[in-house]
Amino acid sequence: MVKKVLIDPVTRIEGHAKITLHLNDDGRVAEARFHVTEFRGFEKFCEGRSFREMPAITSRICGICPVSHLLCSAKTGDGLLAVTPPPAAVLLRRIMNLGQIIQSHALSFFHLSGPDLMLGFGAPPTQRSIFGLIEKRPEFARDGIRLRKFGQQVIERLGGKRIHTAWATPGGVTDPLSEENRQAILTDLETADAIITRTLTAYKEMLPRLQAEVNAFGQFPSLFLSLVTPEGNWEHHHGMVRVGDATGQVLATFHEREYARYLGEAVEPWSYLKFPYFKEAGYPQGAYRVGPLARLNLCRRIGTPRADAELIEFRQRCGAVATSSFHYHYARLVEILAAVEWLKVHLDDPRTMDRRVQAEADLNANEAVGVSEAPRGTLFHHYTVDDHGLLTRVNLLIATGQNNLPMQWTIRQIADHFLRGPELTDEMLNRMEAGIRAFDPCLSCSTHAFGAMPLHVQLVGSDGKVIAERYRGGGE
Amino acid sequence: MSSTRPRLATAWLGGCSGCHMSFLDLDERLFDLAAAADVLFSPVVDAKTIPPEIDITLIEGAVANEDNLELLKHLRERSRFLIAFGDCAVTGNVTALRNLAGGPMLVLARSYRDESNLQPQIPTELPVIPPLVDRVVPIHQVVQVDFHMPGCPPHPDLIWYCVTELLAGRVPNLTGKWKFG
Ligand code: SF4
Repeated sequence: MVKKVLIDPVTRIEGHAKITLHLNDDGRVAEARFHVTEFRGFEKFCEGRSFREMPAITSRICGICPVSHLLCSAKTGDGLLAVTPPPAAVLLRRIMNLGQIIQSHALSFFHLSGPDLMLGFGAPPTQRSIFGLIEKRPEFARDGIRLRKFGQQVIERLGGKRIHTAWATPGGVTDPLSEENRQAILTDLETADAIITRTLTAYKEMLPRLQAEVNAFGQFPSLFLSLVTPEGNWEHHHGMVRVGDATGQVLATFHEREYARYLGEAVEPWSYLKFPYFKEAGYPQGAYRVGPLARLNLCRRIGTPRADAELIEFRQRCGAVATSSFHYHYARLVEILAAVEWLKVHLDDPRTMDRRVQAEADLNANEAVGVSEAPRGTLFHHYTVDDHGLLTRVNLLIATGQNNLPMQWTIRQIADHFLRGPELTDEMLNRMEAGIRAFDPCLSCSTHAFGAMPLHVQLVGSDGKVIAERYRGGGE
Repeated sequence: MSSTRPRLATAWLGGCSGCHMSFLDLDERLFDLAAAADVLFSPVVDAKTIPPEIDITLIEGAVANEDNLELLKHLRERSRFLIAFGDCAVTGNVTALRNLAGGPMLVLARSYRDESNLQPQIPTELPVIPPLVDRVVPIHQVVQVDFHMPGCPPHPDLIWYCVTELLAGRVPNLTGKWKFG
């Protein structure tokens, strides 16, 4: 007899992502599925539009990482113009991406996962939010809010707007950085530095107590994919795409324009989110993880002194290749420090303040691929245009999609570990959500259920009768 | 949390979450908000159920699928003031560009049935996957809306003004304070 558990973040009410578990007779999990239920159709409705509109349109895919789409789209536009943007434009784009990494990682760590980490997975659900943190751990909440604000202000000081600026364009950026704004970022950088320094210390003190989570929240070998510099170092905006395995072996290094030769996408009938895989390894064995964990696993060094020291410590604590998805949290903190240090390097670079920030050109190519590291993983835009620059084909390979299979496996592992028969406790359900949350899925790139996913769980027997049922969220 | 405190809800339909991010861009004012009201139902809190009575509900996004439709109707029934929060909720905006591409099946086919995919097919496992509505619509085409707050996203200062005015029992006067985009 096969039983089925449906964990449904508000079936009829919100329902942008859902989980189902199929159980065997002995109550063990036979299969676990994470369903993404949102679909917006950008690849179709962008056809016929000009590639010059794409940075502004595609940034509306996601309000959490709009900068990723903005920059990736502008880079794809560089390819269609066949130009290299001026050095200042490249540095300024990097600065904006670093600001975004900080704000997005802060949101993930403090606002969304902070309640689980600071208040416990079994804390009363009414407290498990940024507002619960404000009440119970105000200093931690304030640090998170300030750090996120700092990252958002970096974006605003460059692009004039925190969310959905149209500042990056094919060929460069619209405006240089003013000296006043450069000074403002440098001044606030000190606060950001102090916050990430004390947060890293606190997290490392906490980590030994989180061993059960480290072992059960997606602890498995897999492939990893990220950008690296030509020397094999940490990279978030240019460089080469690298695929490596859990033993540290490099399987492939390629230019983004070759992505379709190496990466395929599968479709399953039960999710709107596709399933990318590394073609050489096949489907589904070719599943790979992207994001902070992948970037730290694949890079040789980060390139700044304090982040490099943290990277060494990270490897001592988590393994030469960290294989637990729970370590995404730790990797995120190391990357915030890396971003803080790199911001200082770029802001002190005299080339950054050059007034020439835009390469002018007409269309010179009919096809181009752009790549950038979104905070949650590698993002690809692929455009084909006619001779007027109107799009005939658009393909977007989004970070969260690439973590789709590993998220399935993570849910499976957590269920195996914590589910005991038909007893569905609130804490168990929250752990399932927390396993997904560790990946920081930007589900608005595909669905909406970020942060707390309200759940409706049904344990159903093969005769269709509901054996056990629990609501977490929704309008019932 | 006392039941006499004002109750807020926020919801996210077919949008990009940018309006919610702009809400979080209230930054330190989130402390003031927490002191003045309870945010009971929202993607950013562990909402248990939609509370039976809500004072102010902010709706981000347009209506793009059946789940959006149902959530919107539920929230309307239970909310004193329902606010169309951002351009997608007000006009359909980018989410409604899908309408120009000619119906849900065509749009789905491009993404999923394309021969570049392995196992090309349109995901259909109902009811786990909610069907798309034929036309994406702004929320006022489905329910009565009390205020429209445009912006893509609305500026945090505008969000703060509207919420604090409503909490103070006043009608926000948006004249000259808003813009689209
Ligand atoms: S109005 Fe703009 S920011 Fe808000 S959901 Fe729509 S696209 Fe995103």
